[in-house]
Amino acid sequence: MSAVDIDRINVFMAVRKAERPARRAAFSLALPLIAFLVVAFVAPILYLLVTAFGNPETREVLPRTLVALENWDGTSTPEEPVYAALAADLKIAKDNSTAALLGKRLNYEISGMRSRVLSAARMADKLETGPYKEKFIGLHQDWASPDVWSVIKRNGASFTPYYLLTALDLQQAPDGSLERTAGDQAIFLDVLGRTLFVAGLVTLFTLLLGYPVAYVLTIAPKAVAGIMMLMVLLPLWTSLLVRTTAWVVLLQSDGIINDLLMALHLTSEKIQLIFTRIGTVTAMTHIQLPFTILPIYSVMRSIPTTQLRAARSLGAGPSSAFWRVYAPQTLPGVVAGCLMTFILSLGYYITPALVGGPRDQMVSNFISVYINRDLNWGLAAGLGVVLLGVTLAIYLLFLRLVGADKIKLG
Amino acid sequence: MWLPSYATPSERLMRTLVVALAVAVLLFLIAPLFIIVPLSFSKDPFFTLPVQEYSLRWYEDFFGNPRWMTAIANSAIAAVLTTILATTLGTLAALGISRADFPARRLVMALLISPMIVPIVIVAVGSYLFFGQFGLTNTRTGLVLAHTALATPFVVITVTATLSTYDTNLTRAALSLGASPSSTFFRVTLPNIMPGVVSGAIFAFATSFDEVVVALFMTAAEQRTLPVQMFSGIRDQINPTIMAAATLLLALSIMLFATLSLLTRRRVR
Repeated sequence: MSAVDIDRINVFMAVRKAERPARRAAFSLALPLIAFLVVAFVAPILYLLVTAFGNPETREVLPRTLVALENWDGTSTPEEPVYAALAADLKIAKDNSTAALLGKRLNYEISGMRSRVLSAARMADKLETGPYKEKFIGLHQDWASPDVWSVIKRNGASFTPYYLLTALDLQQAPDGSLERTAGDQAIFLDVLGRTLFVAGLVTLFTLLLGYPVAYVLTIAPKAVAGIMMLMVLLPLWTSLLVRTTAWVVLLQSDGIINDLLMALHLTSEKIQLIFTRIGTVTAMTHIQLPFTILPIYSVMRSIPTTQLRAARSLGAGPSSAFWRVYAPQTLPGVVAGCLMTFILSLGYYITPALVGGPRDQMVSNFISVYINRDLNWGLAAGLGVVLLGVTLAIYLLFLRLVGADKIKLG
Repeated sequence: MWLPSYATPSERLMRTLVVALAVAVLLFLIAPLFIIVPLSFSKDPFFTLPVQEYSLRWYEDFFGNPRWMTAIANSAIAAVLTTILATTLGTLAALGISRADFPARRLVMALLISPMIVPIVIVAVGSYLFFGQFGLTNTRTGLVLAHTALATPFVVITVTATLSTYDTNLTRAALSLGASPSSTFFRVTLPNIMPGVVSGAIFAFATSFDEVVVALFMTAAEQRTLPVQMFSGIRDQINPTIMAAATLLLALSIMLFATLSLLTRRRVR
């Protein structure tokens, strides 16, 4: 390295050092918000991730049994010490009323385990002396099954892939290998596929309907364009719930759209619109349209109109001038608008809940059901991990192609 | 300037079709919003047009019902607190991030914008489980914290946009003339970026006032907000009182939107 190079590096380092206080000052202004978001936004999401993998039940309720299982060969029925430990653990569980927690957790993986654990706990509470092994097996033959014991042993780990696997319609066989969840239990890939499909459909419709609007906005006289812009921005400003309410009313069987269709003789009897896929996609398209229109418009506005004229004067026909000169230049706006609409559509909850039928519920709706109705927080969190993963993947694509600083509001 | 003079007949037809489609889409955008207004003034509890007889009975119902009134008060309090918190935090961050020497800007910006991107149910469920550890579910504090996180991206975006047109020489001039950093901020910078700050505040207020999903998870009957009350109403049995509530929310949105439009117009001048 020559002396000049070293000088250059020294100067560079000196400049970096001189800039450091300014960088620190700039960063310290953003620090309160960053710290706030870490506590009030990132931490809750991380907590959700931990809930998706957390596995406290077996460890807390069966500590002695898990120790006794350490030397078990994994293929035969365990020996008496394991059952003695199980009896001791379940006796305490009965006193602390924690047996139900364990039963609920094991029941996710082996159906029927809830009642087996509860009756075993009742029995253990009354048992004074051993041998315990034959009493448990006498209560239910599942207590002799190596498969049941491998599931118990596996769930001694602090973390479990169970919920995430379930959210992807996968399960772990007793020997640890992965297999597809069977038949009617396998619903979640269908829900995920439906969510992606509806989001894609909404994105496509907003593009088809929004592109002409954005274009006409750029060629309309200023006063007209101003009014048109108002008509795009006002819905964006209106509460999502108000817009959804409007659609609930419009789509009623005795509602305005059916009246209109019958008045126009497009149909002779009332059509079911509310609680259908058509209704859901229509309402979501309506809500998402401004998000697609605005980025396309802001790109179109910067394309000089003289270019189309130049293309025409050079001999291009109207359609080839459009497709080969104009449309390619609008692509950045199309990508920005479509990615934004797709990302936001993935997370819809309110509109499918109020306008959709049971077959139109998206991943978000299932998360809510598992939290509120089934109280299966682990599975809700597992579904959350899948939804968050898909969303963040597309957000990264958005950051790469468009950039976070390109998001504008009207 | 709807059509260039060299347009062929087929091009004219095409252009007419595109304009017609655009007009139809704009009607599709705006009509559903205003359909609820006449329905809320109808005497009959049916959702059909034309309205046979007008009355204010659903508004009487709305304003006479303590449940709706508590819900409005709850929403207003949460929204005002959210606005104050989000506007302060967001404006400070925008001031920092707009400086030329801000480190790792792209990364920080991606984090600050992410509350807009993450599915709302994930925020709601995460807050419900996490804040529950500290006894903050079913409290106003928990709701305001979660709403503030959701509202800050809007403040950051609007204030950053205003700052991009702000002449930093003004700050330098004030400092060189002997003003302290804080009086420079309050007497020079802040008045200049005020339209952006107020726009951000309006966005923050609207975000909190209209938000349903987080509020559904984070509130009990006592903190129930207006959107939650509406949501439960539509779920059970949709009734015209909800139309009255929706019409009032629509009026509020129009007012906020008008304020914002006036602000941005002044900024352009």
